[in-house]
Amino acid sequence: MIKHNCGFEVERGEAALVLTLYGEIDHHSAVQIRTEIDTLLLEEQPRKVVLDLSHIEFMDSSGLGLIMGRYSLMQKLGGELMLRKPHERLVKIFTLAGLQRMVKIEDAEDDKKEERV
Amino acid sequence: MKDTEKKLVNEMKLKLPSYSVNESAARAMVSAFCAQQDPKTGEIADIKCAVSEAVTNCIVHAYRDTVGTIYITVKLYSDRSIQIEIRDRGCGIEDISLARQPLYTTDAASERSGMGFTVMESFCDKVRVSSKCGKGTTVTLCKRLSSR
Repeated sequence: MIKHNCGFEVERGEAALVLTLYGEIDHHSAVQIRTEIDTLLLEEQPRKVVLDLSHIEFMDSSGLGLIMGRYSLMQKLGGELMLRKPHERLVKIFTLAGLQRMVKIEDAEDDKKEERV
Repeated sequence: MKDTEKKLVNEMKLKLPSYSVNESAARAMVSAFCAQQDPKTGEIADIKCAVSEAVTNCIVHAYRDTVGTIYITVKLYSDRSIQIEIRDRGCGIEDISLARQPLYTTDAASERSGMGFTVMESFCDKVRVSSKCGKGTTVTLCKRLSSR
């Protein structure tokens, strides 16, 4: 009952704290990862956080909630949150919520030709 | 092909307790079943995401603070259309059209984005919702796969 299908790796750069998220982000996994990220952000109080999304295999609207929540936390802490390399599927969900108007995104993946599974 | 000509070619029924860990199990099983229709990767990703949203609604809203049963029926038709019904016997939705509004949520404290129905609607051809307060909710997702 306590399996978590996602996580993140931390890289402390000079310019930013980079969190590379991997796995599947849904409501179940978002609850766990949210607590872990917030603990880290409150401890380290970074000026800039980059969420690298290139290793995300699945995300639904719970992931939107996760990103928007961390965006709000970074604003409260007087810092900045950026997203890096979301693939096409994620951009599709971000667009529905107008997330690009709130959060800066760098290196979004271009549309790729669809293949049969 | 007219709707009247389409034939049911396969059907799957699932029954799961509303544990959040079952969100990934539900979308994986539904997408694995739908894969026999040879969908495109984008189509199967759409289905997974829409199912995940509907199942999450059962867990977060219908059976809030309790554990109930989620009933999922998947029907595959000869015209390559897929119908996925996700049903609960939870609290029901008081105002369906309000619940379907983008960014509307009754659970902002838990960081729900309020985009669940919007995601379902944009990733499926049709989304039907029927609900009765105190009795439960049925969400029906309809999607027609592109031709091979």
